[in-house]
Amino acid sequence: MKVIASKITLTFLTVALVLTGCKDNDDTPLAELSPSFSFTHNWDGVPIENADYENTTYINERGESLTISKLVYLISDITFTDAQGNSFSAGDYNLVDAREGVNLSFTPDVVIQEGTYNVSFTFGFDDEDNAGDYPDLNSADGGVWIVPMMMGGGYHYMKLEGKYLNTQTNPESEVGFAYHTIRANDNSTSPITLQDTSFTVDLGDVLIEEGTNIEVQMNVAEWFKNPHTWNLYELYSMLMPNFDAQILMSENGAAGVFSRGN
Amino acid sequence: MKLKNGVYGILILVATACMGDDTSTYTATPAELDIPPFFESSILPPEIPSDNPLTVEGIALGKALFYDPILSANKTQSCASCHLQSGSFSDPNQFSVGIDGSQGTRNSMPLFNLAWNRRGPFFWDGRAATLEDQIFEPVTNPIEMANTWPNAVAALQNSGTYPELFDAAFGSPTIDSVKVSKAIAQFVRTLISGNSKFDRYLNGQEELSEAEERGMNIFLDETRGDCFHCHGNPMNPLWTDNRFHNNGLDEFFSDRGLGAVTGDPRDDGLFRTPSLRNLAFTAPYMHDGRFNTLDEVIDHYSEGLVYSETVSPLLKKISEGGVGLTSEEKSDLKAFLLSLSDPSFTTDSEYQPD
Repeated sequence: MKVIASKITLTFLTVALVLTGCKDNDDTPLAELSPSFSFTHNWDGVPIENADYENTTYINERGESLTISKLVYLISDITFTDAQGNSFSAGDYNLVDAREGVNLSFTPDVVIQEGTYNVSFTFGFDDEDNAGDYPDLNSADGGVWIVPMMMGGGYHYMKLEGKYLNTQTNPESEVGFAYHTIRANDNSTSPITLQDTSFTVDLGDVLIEEGTNIEVQMNVAEWFKNPHTWNLYELYSMLMPNFDAQILMSENGAAGVFSRGN
Repeated sequence: MKLKNGVYGILILVATACMGDDTSTYTATPAELDIPPFFESSILPPEIPSDNPLTVEGIALGKALFYDPILSANKTQSCASCHLQSGSFSDPNQFSVGIDGSQGTRNSMPLFNLAWNRRGPFFWDGRAATLEDQIFEPVTNPIEMANTWPNAVAALQNSGTYPELFDAAFGSPTIDSVKVSKAIAQFVRTLISGNSKFDRYLNGQEELSEAEERGMNIFLDETRGDCFHCHGNPMNPLWTDNRFHNNGLDEFFSDRGLGAVTGDPRDDGLFRTPSLRNLAFTAPYMHDGRFNTLDEVIDHYSEGLVYSETVSPLLKKISEGGVGLTSEEKSDLKAFLLSLSDPSFTTDSEYQPD
């Protein structure tokens, strides 16, 4: 399993680093660091706070009015890659509940030396991690973070929920939307067709030093914007078993939803 | 046997005693919950409060208190009066009746698998942060046991048996309300239901009928039942998210539910998701017991949904009343839901008074 393998590799590297650091007493050993991450959320730059959920109306790229009631998402495999191409990752994961303010800070179980690294993570789970069984995720989000086997199993990547204003009814009406991202699946085929729709987020090069905290920003508006202008009237719910919708959501997610804030 | 004596716990106690700590007189026997294997392998273990560890004596005391009307003002009503084992520790009446004949406004919640409500809170409206807090309330609620804690504690203290039981459980014969709620909470945490037909199906011991299998697929199909987003799935044996939702019952709220507790209008009309386990025994349904049958419940989600401002976004086609299941789909869904019921839980002698 990748997580375990990564941890073994990491342990080996850590031991090697410690031994290397001890072999010459004249050298000042480089500090061993565990950089932390914080997760923030905004709508085109305007912070989304708890009070905004179900209250603040946002206008998406297509001009649709919406409110947000829930934003929970999974990130995994935070990876630090040095200039020589050596990668350091604990292979662990973090489930962020933006509205409830849960897990907004996360320190992956990795120790690296001071220096500049390319920092990246996976949005959701790649197929290898998605095949695992994680009692904490089975219990997460009230125990409903799991994806039923009829849709390929594994876990949700994100639940973004709220309501949009349907102006085509008289009177106008609020309609719930459930922008749930999972692995794309089509169970009309036998066996079920699955496509990994997790994606890598590259946060660029970061100087890691004592006390480094990396802010990961999510611009929620981007989920509806680029490259696919989202049409909530057509794609508001029942998106989990919609193979094509999952591809579209993944492509929108990979195109600028996340950025580094500091 | 629902409990296992904790060998490790005893060793820890012995070791603690050797340290000369003042608590060395505490001799209650550590106990562990008898957790079904599938629970153990699939979800996180229960969180037992560090200030209320399970003990054999504490659980026995809690059971005695649960069934004893001594806690009520006129000594006529116990916890079990409104939480009947035959009803999966719920009440078959829409509203439970207090000692003076008063009725409440909510249906009594069933009691099982509450040890896994790790995050809390409890009650339909979440007004109790912990199980111990929840147990604290009925004793003094004027439409339930209508007692005062000093009276209840005095009755227990003056009884012939309880000081000794409290001494065994907590290391002192002096009784107080906190110990009472702790003991009952210990007993309630032992109420574990994990032997339904569906549990046995997951264990490879039994097959589902074709109707039950079709019903499971409706339950898990986001375009039809889509029940799993609030009630979980086969990988989570609790069958509830233990969260709060407005499930489209009313356009206006006579009972604000969670909103009355938090004061947040966004919580108006939200009630805790009940588990779908043991539905065969927990009628009537919903927080106010408005539906007498499971058919009425399914009809509600199929074509009876009503819009309100806080209605869950997960409910679909509200303007049409719901997803519109066919009569065959409803029948299959009902068959699946009933496969989650565990008759052995309602007759288990372990939970009956000694």
